Amino acid sequence: MTRQRGALFPYIIWIALFVIAPIALVVYYSMLDLSGNFTLANYKSFFTPVYLKMTLTSFWYAFLITLFTLIIAYPTAYLLTKTKHKQLWLMLIIIPSWINLLLKTYAFIGIFGLYGPINAFIEIFGLEPKQILFTDFSFIFVSVYIFIPFMIIPIFNSLDKLNPTLIYAARDLGASGFTTFRRVIFPLTIDGVKSGIQVTFIPALSLFMITRLIAGNQVITLGTAIEQQFLVSQNWGMGSTIAVFLILSMVLIMFLTGQKKGGRVR
Amino acid sequence: MKKLSLPSKLYLIIVFLVLYAPIFYLIFYSFNSGESMNNFESFTLEHYKAVFDDTRLIVILINTVIVALLSGLIATIIGTLGAIGIVSIKDKKMRNVLLSLNNVLIVSPDVVIGASFLILFTMIGVKLGFASVVVSHVAFSIPIVVLMVLPKLLEMNTSLIDAAKDLGASKRDVLTRVILPYIQPGIFAGFFLALTYSLDDFAVTFFVTGNGFSTLSVEIYSMARTGITLTINAISGLVFLVTVLVVIGYYFFNNRAKRIQEGVQR
Amino acid sequence: MKSLVQATIAIIVVCSLLFFATNRLESAGSKGSKDTLTVYNWGEYIDPDLLDQFTEETGIKVIYETFDSNEAMMTKVQQGGSAYDVAVPSEYMVQKMMEEDLLIPLDHSKIPNLKNIDPYFLDLAFDPKNKYSIPYFWGTVGIVFNPNLIEEHLTFTTWEDLWDSSLKDKVFLVDGAREVMGMGLNSIGESLNAKDEDLLRKATDKLVTLTPNVKAIIGDEITPLMINNEAAVALTWSGQAQDMMWENEDLDFAVPEEGSNLWFDNFVIPKTAANIDGAHAFINFMLDAEVSAQNNDYVGYSTPNKAAMELMDPEVINDERFYPTEEVREHLEVYENLGPEWLGKYNEYFIKFKMSLN
Repeated sequence: MTRQRGALFPYIIWIALFVIAPIALVVYYSMLDLSGNFTLANYKSFFTPVYLKMTLTSFWYAFLITLFTLIIAYPTAYLLTKTKHKQLWLMLIIIPSWINLLLKTYAFIGIFGLYGPINAFIEIFGLEPKQILFTDFSFIFVSVYIFIPFMIIPIFNSLDKLNPTLIYAARDLGASGFTTFRRVIFPLTIDGVKSGIQVTFIPALSLFMITRLIAGNQVITLGTAIEQQFLVSQNWGMGSTIAVFLILSMVLIMFLTGQKKGGRVR
Repeated sequence: MKKLSLPSKLYLIIVFLVLYAPIFYLIFYSFNSGESMNNFESFTLEHYKAVFDDTRLIVILINTVIVALLSGLIATIIGTLGAIGIVSIKDKKMRNVLLSLNNVLIVSPDVVIGASFLILFTMIGVKLGFASVVVSHVAFSIPIVVLMVLPKLLEMNTSLIDAAKDLGASKRDVLTRVILPYIQPGIFAGFFLALTYSLDDFAVTFFVTGNGFSTLSVEIYSMARTGITLTINAISGLVFLVTVLVVIGYYFFNNRAKRIQEGVQR
Repeated sequence: MKSLVQATIAIIVVCSLLFFATNRLESAGSKGSKDTLTVYNWGEYIDPDLLDQFTEETGIKVIYETFDSNEAMMTKVQQGGSAYDVAVPSEYMVQKMMEEDLLIPLDHSKIPNLKNIDPYFLDLAFDPKNKYSIPYFWGTVGIVFNPNLIEEHLTFTTWEDLWDSSLKDKVFLVDGAREVMGMGLNSIGESLNAKDEDLLRKATDKLVTLTPNVKAIIGDEITPLMINNEAAVALTWSGQAQDMMWENEDLDFAVPEEGSNLWFDNFVIPKTAANIDGAHAFINFMLDAEVSAQNNDYVGYSTPNKAAMELMDPEVINDERFYPTEEVREHLEVYENLGPEWLGKYNEYFIKFKMSLN
């Protein structure tokens, strides 16, 4: 379909200018040492226990974050489609994400604090106040908080247009609620879920600010390491090398989870 | 339509409470006569007064909104066309390559994107400021639009398009009358999440801005060392309030308009 | 389709209206003056009233732009593309920018108020004869602590106190390679500018033994935590400690005797400057005794301006925690520019230490 190919034109220009060119720059920098000479030493130092451990940590936490986000977002999206003013409620899910993240993080520091509202609440039940900040829990909680709208929206969109007759049909044929969900609803929303997982997992790999503010550097991800290399040691070579590996792992994930089917819209 | 059961309602209420908790926390402290988000001293409106006295801050706020809306709009157009183009590609390898390239900017930490865009802009000789900021925001918002539009396109029933063609619709008609209306929720989702990306971005904006142009995020982050003032809380509170009012107002206005229209048609 | 078109038109209309609004606001603010000066500084690191006063006195409109780290600022200046007339980097960055040829030498004849600066803070190793920079604020690195939350015998006159077993999970460190590695080096009696792998390894080993006490390594967020009595002990800059102590009177600050860091933030004129005369005028204006005293009142860090100190509250300038005596100052070291290779090593060891936390 020629017209639709034409639609790709501005998009391809964008890819060339703002994706290919930066990748080329990053790859180029990754092969420079601190004095600007060509070297592969950065790649060698990536394959040391420190960075390999960091890679594993990043993947593990990104996985956990995506999992919890999905667990919370799917029912939310489902229930939202059942509300009366569903479009309005959906908008109200997005609005909090427009307030500056650093500010919200400072608010979380206050909320989770020893004298914050959560601990005040705990104390009502006669429990000792707990340090919630700088734990895996607070890190994952705040990360899930950030990604929730990104997961809810695509799932909501695919649930919303789901043909209700399909569900009735399944029910009439004697399927239980869970079977209906597993065999009918979930498979039909799989594209939305996939999209949600991509927009959560991929950026979660390179989270950096939260790792310091909420996790107190107890969790160090590749994103943190890149930021440090660029902004603290000003070692753009090493920073770029880590970025190259980050991009490579993303591409790998894309090909593993990529659509197996050919184009549908012809 | 079935009404939501009590547990379902409770679940939604909790999700919304958590999403809004940090924002209410911020707004609560914007009325603090003290100097920071600790120890609420007494009620005051002085921080709100400070917002209106500070022309520089208001200009920065307006700039932030313009950049978000404009870059969101452009990114949505390019991204939507790009997604339509991507699904029209039958070669699945080619598709996966394009999708991987699409996601590069999502996985790259902001520092890397910011630094490489800065190098690109100075290489081409672009004057840093409003234009370079908008272009960069468009660039990093496009992938999220594509990822939001894609699932809707994939779900779309091809028979719809075939039917339209059989009825003699031109390619243009197929696009504007069949495809676009169907994927509309995805387009809006992409636009709103592009706004999120734009409003939240600090690192990229920092690197590509210049000549006196600044956004709210840059201001907030650079205040961190000496302490974020409550004026920022107040301005965030105002922005939040205005946004919620606009969204609710627009929603009900739109609903009424629709109902009136339907009434006339009947 | 219709709603898509409608939304597009709505966005364009809103943007144009906002554009018009900013143009009005900006032209109303500049009062027709064409002469502008761009100051590149940390956020909230100057009294904004002084910027207006400067404009009134000279007719030069000040554009205030902000950055959040020295390194990010340097990248911006290096790449160019935007005019910055005055910037405020820390001393190690001044040295680095000098080496990279990013600074314009100052014309001292245009800055007569230089005489107001305490000679102790002039002609320092990082910039001999103040050819490129003039100190703006200064301070130390030390330990801010909450005596109510820790045992009484801990006064932090020595770094060793941090290792005290009663402080398990109570110590917060600042997320800076130079600060933490410097602390490690100081604690084993070495210079925080050491260029010796062996010493760095020893310092890291020493730091690793601190991990049971370390609650978190964080940045500026330490301020609210200390103010809220949530953190007991933190390694931080004196400036931030001052901010905290303003809001929480229980807090105390100490610089251990083995030595620590002495830092400066300095005015410089970067190569990107478009208004060099204006930049000199601005620096001179900021060095004026009254202006400097007023600014100090707003920012609250330690000032090197002797003439201003005479105008300030004696209680402030007699506080030896923030205006240490010369004897104490002798143990303090200014960061030397280690060069990229050694800075990289410091960072590597720092990452190793961080990774040992969990």
